[in-house]
Amino acid sequence: MTPETLILLALLVPFVGAVMVLFSGISSANIRDGLTVITAVILFVIVWQLIQIVDAGGRPTVTLIEMLPGLSITFTLEPLGMIFAGIASFLWIITSFYAFGYMRGHHEHNQTRFFFCFAIAIMSSIGIAFAGNMLTLFVFYEVLTISTFPLVAHSGTDEAKRAGRIYLGILISTSITFLLTAVIWTYVEVGTLDFTKGGIMDGNASAGVITILFGLYIYGIGKAALMPFHRWLPAAMVAPTPVSALLHAVAVVKAGVFSVIKVCVYIFGVDTLANIGASTWLAYVAGATILLSSLVAMRKDNLKARLAYSTISQLSYIVLGAMLATNISTMGSTLHIVMHAFGKITLFFCAGAIIVFAHKTDISDMKGLGRKMPITFFCFFLASLSIIGLPPLGGVWSKWFIALGAAESGQLIFIAVLMISSLMNIAYLMPIVYHGYFGKEPIPKEHDHHDDHHAPPNHPLLRHLTFGRPGVAEAPIMCLAPIVLTTIGCIALFFYAENIRQFLTPVFGG
Amino acid sequence: MSFLLEHISVLVVIVPLMAAPVCMFLRNGTASWAWATSICFITFALAIILIQQVLANGEIIYALGDWAAPWGIIYQIDELGSFVMLIVAAMAAIALPYAKQSIEREIPKDRHYLVYCMFLLCMSGLLGMAATGDAFNLFVFLEVSSLSTYVLISLGKDRRALSAALRYLILGTLGATFYVIGLGMLYQMTGSLNMADLADLLPGVQDTQTVHVALAFIFVGFGLKLALFPLHVWLPNAYTYAPSAVTVFLAATATKVAVYALIRLTYTVFGDVEPLETYGVRIVVLGLAIAGMFAGSMLAIYQSNVKRLLAYSSIAQVGYMILGISMGNASGLAGGIIHMFNHAVMKGALFMALGCVFYVVGSVKIEDMAGLGKRMPLTAAAIVAGGFSLIGVPLTVGFISKWYLVQGAFEAGWWPVAILIMLSSLLAVIYVWRVVEKMYFQDPPAGYETAKEAPMGMLIPTYVLLGAAFYFGIDATFTSDVALSAATSLLGGSQ
Repeated sequence: MTPETLILLALLVPFVGAVMVLFSGISSANIRDGLTVITAVILFVIVWQLIQIVDAGGRPTVTLIEMLPGLSITFTLEPLGMIFAGIASFLWIITSFYAFGYMRGHHEHNQTRFFFCFAIAIMSSIGIAFAGNMLTLFVFYEVLTISTFPLVAHSGTDEAKRAGRIYLGILISTSITFLLTAVIWTYVEVGTLDFTKGGIMDGNASAGVITILFGLYIYGIGKAALMPFHRWLPAAMVAPTPVSALLHAVAVVKAGVFSVIKVCVYIFGVDTLANIGASTWLAYVAGATILLSSLVAMRKDNLKARLAYSTISQLSYIVLGAMLATNISTMGSTLHIVMHAFGKITLFFCAGAIIVFAHKTDISDMKGLGRKMPITFFCFFLASLSIIGLPPLGGVWSKWFIALGAAESGQLIFIAVLMISSLMNIAYLMPIVYHGYFGKEPIPKEHDHHDDHHAPPNHPLLRHLTFGRPGVAEAPIMCLAPIVLTTIGCIALFFYAENIRQFLTPVFGG
Repeated sequence: MSFLLEHISVLVVIVPLMAAPVCMFLRNGTASWAWATSICFITFALAIILIQQVLANGEIIYALGDWAAPWGIIYQIDELGSFVMLIVAAMAAIALPYAKQSIEREIPKDRHYLVYCMFLLCMSGLLGMAATGDAFNLFVFLEVSSLSTYVLISLGKDRRALSAALRYLILGTLGATFYVIGLGMLYQMTGSLNMADLADLLPGVQDTQTVHVALAFIFVGFGLKLALFPLHVWLPNAYTYAPSAVTVFLAATATKVAVYALIRLTYTVFGDVEPLETYGVRIVVLGLAIAGMFAGSMLAIYQSNVKRLLAYSSIAQVGYMILGISMGNASGLAGGIIHMFNHAVMKGALFMALGCVFYVVGSVKIEDMAGLGKRMPLTAAAIVAGGFSLIGVPLTVGFISKWYLVQGAFEAGWWPVAILIMLSSLLAVIYVWRVVEKMYFQDPPAGYETAKEAPMGMLIPTYVLLGAAFYFGIDATFTSDVALSAATSLLGGSQ
């Protein structure tokens, strides 16, 4: 198959999968779930082949349709996009497995709608990753927002409805008022929207216009959750945990920061940004977001809410790297997309396992839980280390490169920001693990008795694992295996970070 | 075939005109419907041939009865005219198949034939307005379409339809009269009623008080007909209480043709005068357009009747079209023109979906639409998809319109206007989402849990139109080519 066919297939496969899920879900849940996995695996195989092609220097491009005269929906592959597509499609497989365990264990309703929207969201992420111009990116960006809305408001309660409104309200209004304005303005100023190495702005617009445009772009990409447009992300946590895991730790938020990097590299050009200094003030905003959201995270007792604020902070690492406008820090940002994806998805998986199989949502209730769920908590520990940025876990590298970039651009204050943030990460993540293993178990409250009512279905894959030890009630294998896999990923990334750096050489230099 | 091509421009108008009285003789609802539908299909086919002819060979000029202009009446059809005629004919051809069941449910049987008769007359009037090259003939066709519209609205089931029709009758007549007064003054100054002739003669008298006043009368007159804020007060009730099928056709065409007439008068008749520049009218038109965009959307947010909600949204959408016209550059004007088509498609689809709701539920109040996602899944999905288009989500026609309008605003150097366009479309998010949440996050009232859809005869046209709203949003090359070249040639006349 030609690379062009593969690109179209990569978009078609999740779409066809989504439609098949829609029809099969009516007849049998097992067929539906099987289809989701098969779709995810096929997608990853296709993306993997495309990664090989891009690694070999190929830059296949395909134009789907001409939307307006001179403006088309075009896909062009390049290393940055392949990184994003690679992790999104790989983690989709793992999340699919996890989601079956979770959704059934949690007796969720409307599962067919859930898996349908999920597949559409993945398709949009692939579309964003492969986008060859800003119009294409924008189109899929909006499709992603709309397709994930039903997932956020999934439960249909008043709280979920309110969260859905915040989610849609912030993401749609920032993207329309700022991003679309910026895109059309760019088109009027420059006459093209194609992603071009070195950017399209240099010499086509005045420094003042570039600075304003850049601000519009960065705030228009609300999915990057830069303060003050971050409220949608904690709101989205009412969604079922697999959604929080894949979409709000990987696909949606990474689509945001990926778009930020893409805009910096291919629309403005890192050098242009550095020369004009258009991004400096935004670097301070990102630094402030890092610290403030870490502060908020420390005060959150709800585990998912704490992880959400941690995500906001980590996303701003990526934005900060890009705003420093050096090649090395932007490369660090790209690396951090991968590192944080693996780390945060593990944390969310663990949180989901705790919610479904121990019925705990608040951190203060989790004392001693580590003895009941030792593997889950150990994975949580390792993933936390990766988020904090300690060896031998992947997270250390991305932070290192961003810090190098800060040094290179002479803005040493951001090294301090990174250091303080690491300490804060320790402060809000480690107590969970510590109290889990060594805390004193609280006396069960009255309402805990409904546990039996929510007992997982009597299916070998969905039963608690006890390992023959008394007091151990680990999450079932369908949930635990994905947790362990992504944790291994966090460790492996420590050793393979260099390969990713090599892969990115054509974009950022050696 | 050569006869057809030779007379194509007049055939499009007179076929429905001649066919209308036949309904009066048929006196039978179904027979009249079959007759009117086939006429609409024929007219649609003729309109397609017409636009192909115009795109291939340029402007068509047809002298009625071979009386040469400026003494005789001529039809002068350029790209814009044929594009508007295509919109009208297409909307009629899609609305009539839909109308049968809807009208059977909403109107007493003995009046069905009246609906189809008036429908054909109205359509013929609208087509004539777009075809004619004679300013007085424009008035004649305006009255043909308006009078038949008053009848159509008054046929609504609700008794309030009568007062809505009366109010429209009064304001519509005022509008038409204003136009005639203005036209009379122009005739007094130039001695001509032919548009092209007027365009040649007007620059010579452009600084006279009479022409100033004439222009004011003409703008206000058409401002009333196209429901430019604050001259919109007739529209919400008229749309709300008219029979569903009538609302579909009116919302999709009537205001658009009035917008067309305003473009024609501004850029062709007054083309060399450049009234927006010369008389400083631009700021007024621009201001009213923006005020309409916001006022219409804000009022829409507070409506409890969804039909009325969409009616107020139409006032906002008319604001977009007028905004495009006021920009005076190709992108902006093209945005206004393309939005006539795009809005016709999406509003038509939305009103059709509401007609389906009315057919099944018997009400289009927002509280009666609770749980519609379960009760009428296909209709509810259509309302959501149409709503996306109103918001201007990419891959829908609404996005294309917005793109050109904002591009035009930037090219004119009006970046605050660009921001205002974006902000006003956020208001659309609010009013659309009110309906979406009602349909999907609230349970249907007790006893209505089972799904019961509208008949296929209504759903299929709805989905055809909805399909068009997405097709022309994904591949907008045809519509934007036509709109851009129409805009360029209109502006070329004034430079």
